[in-house]
Amino acid sequence: MIAASKPVQRPSDAKLMVIHADGHISHRARAVLVTFLRPTDLVIANDAATLPASLQGLHLQSGKRVEVRLAGRRSFNDVQHYMAIVFGEGDFRTRTEDRPPPPGLNSGDRFLFGSLSATLTKMLDHPRLISLRFEGLPEQIWAGLAHQGRPIQYAHVEDPLAMWDVWTSIASLPVAFEPPSAGFVLSWQLLAAIRDQGAKFATLTHAAGISSTGDPELDRRLPFDEPYFIPSATANAVRRARNSRGRIIAIGTTVARALEHAAVEDCGSVHAGAGIATLRIGPASKLRVTDAILTGTHEPNTTHYQMLRAFASDSVLRRASHELSSHSYRTHEFGDSVLVERALDRLSQPKSIELIRPSETARRW
Amino acid sequence: MDMEMTDHNELLRRDFDGVRVAITGGTSGLGLAFVQELHARGALVAFVARNPASIERIARQYAGTFAIAGDVSRKDDIYPIAMQIVGRLGGLDVLINSASSLGPVPLVPLGDTECEDFERALATNVLGPFRLTKALLGALTASARQGHGSVVLNVSSDAAINPYVQWGAYGASKAALHHMSRIWNEELEADGVRVMSVDPGDMDTPLHAAAVPDADPASLKRPATAAHELLLILKSVLQETIRAHAEISAEGSAS
Repeated sequence: MIAASKPVQRPSDAKLMVIHADGHISHRARAVLVTFLRPTDLVIANDAATLPASLQGLHLQSGKRVEVRLAGRRSFNDVQHYMAIVFGEGDFRTRTEDRPPPPGLNSGDRFLFGSLSATLTKMLDHPRLISLRFEGLPEQIWAGLAHQGRPIQYAHVEDPLAMWDVWTSIASLPVAFEPPSAGFVLSWQLLAAIRDQGAKFATLTHAAGISSTGDPELDRRLPFDEPYFIPSATANAVRRARNSRGRIIAIGTTVARALEHAAVEDCGSVHAGAGIATLRIGPASKLRVTDAILTGTHEPNTTHYQMLRAFASDSVLRRASHELSSHSYRTHEFGDSVLVERALDRLSQPKSIELIRPSETARRW
Repeated sequence: MDMEMTDHNELLRRDFDGVRVAITGGTSGLGLAFVQELHARGALVAFVARNPASIERIARQYAGTFAIAGDVSRKDDIYPIAMQIVGRLGGLDVLINSASSLGPVPLVPLGDTECEDFERALATNVLGPFRLTKALLGALTASARQGHGSVVLNVSSDAAINPYVQWGAYGASKAALHHMSRIWNEELEADGVRVMSVDPGDMDTPLHAAAVPDADPASLKRPATAAHELLLILKSVLQETIRAHAEISAEGSAS
């Protein structure tokens, strides 16, 4: 595949591969995505906005320059504490696998990123992986991130990314460390087309973590645990879609991960409210909620690809990989898209539908 | 008048309890009056202005409000502002675009208006609200989908309609803001977001003083009065968006 090197969320010539439930594969323009929807379908996207999670600064103990990439968090409300990955001097122009290691790090060390300062509170069993605490009041930390941070970026995109390059149209709560990039396809026009098709649209918020560290040992630990929030309106929409035998279509791997983590045992519905997705979806996973997934084009050795093995058989995915190459699909976050329907032999039709009680409290008026 | 206002406020106290509101131009004139009034009525308020010293002073005065330093006329400031607004408030129900630029000061006929002054009026009065609303549209529609209501209130002027001489840069930019609001309101109807453009009337504000230095302040509306009037409208529109969502949800449940 070809690396998509320009930060254009919706290139007019974007391609779409559809892996149908029967294993058949078709190639279309992504512009006709909506024609694959049925009137009873529910499309669910991740509306997390992306933090400028790459910070250039100084490691005070060594006096050396470092790049710190925020990579994980405990909750949406805590703006102070993060799991982070530290690189030695340099930036995204060097491939992550070629980046120098950071200086020797110890708990208690301090970092300075312009107006923002942080303390290394704990080493996390790897010379690059740390727990980090920003100093100051929440407003100072927010302002510091807004002005010192840059979007996390990889060498295949040449020009520095701006925040508008990585926020999807529907970006809301700034809690993701990298963009939920399957959602780049979403425009306000597409949302209207989904409505016109009779299908429904809903969102959840999932703090998408980093996709690559450049270190094989760390990469094997991805994805890290990710907090998510499912509004009661979305849980209700899932229940209604199930009742009308509609399909649940996840825009992106983060959505599938949150939905499957929040799944109500054997009923195809999801719990509303906050959770932390700890699961890994792979060939042995039984999908309880998600009927189809729209995602990017993924190489076979990635965690994203492992997730697709829950949707389709290895032989179909091998064929799909071959066709992605032979049809010159573009890969990475600004690349083309793949719609994977859950294979017929992997259907787990829910036995009964229970009413989900919203865990959110009703608000005012 | 003051007596009446106090009674009114007493009655309406806390009626914006928990509503998440962002206000641009929050340290002066009508924007500041919105901060004061919404803070008093229980809203969660984030406000934006250029001068760090002014925003910190206002934030201290109205404890619990969030001050964000930024210039809405600058493209590069928009996403840092938007991120801080949604991050601090945990979402967004109402955006009030109140920051305004007069263009040339003192006012001059269009033929004498410097291009840079006209561009500044457009950047602050049209492009700023366009960019900030676009960056916050995800948060606003998320609020609408969750039944919390969603409104964008753009502060326009009667100069957007009437061809007042010497108000060319300001009037043309406010006319553009007014029309943009009308179109956006149509486009966002199905997403549950209302976009309004309102004329607050001639107020006793620093902007008006710069435009008409010899005006008698007693003949002008107090910004607090204008804010009070506009919040009545805002509240009813916000409630409409909440009701509309509740009706759609009820239909959906029945099906």
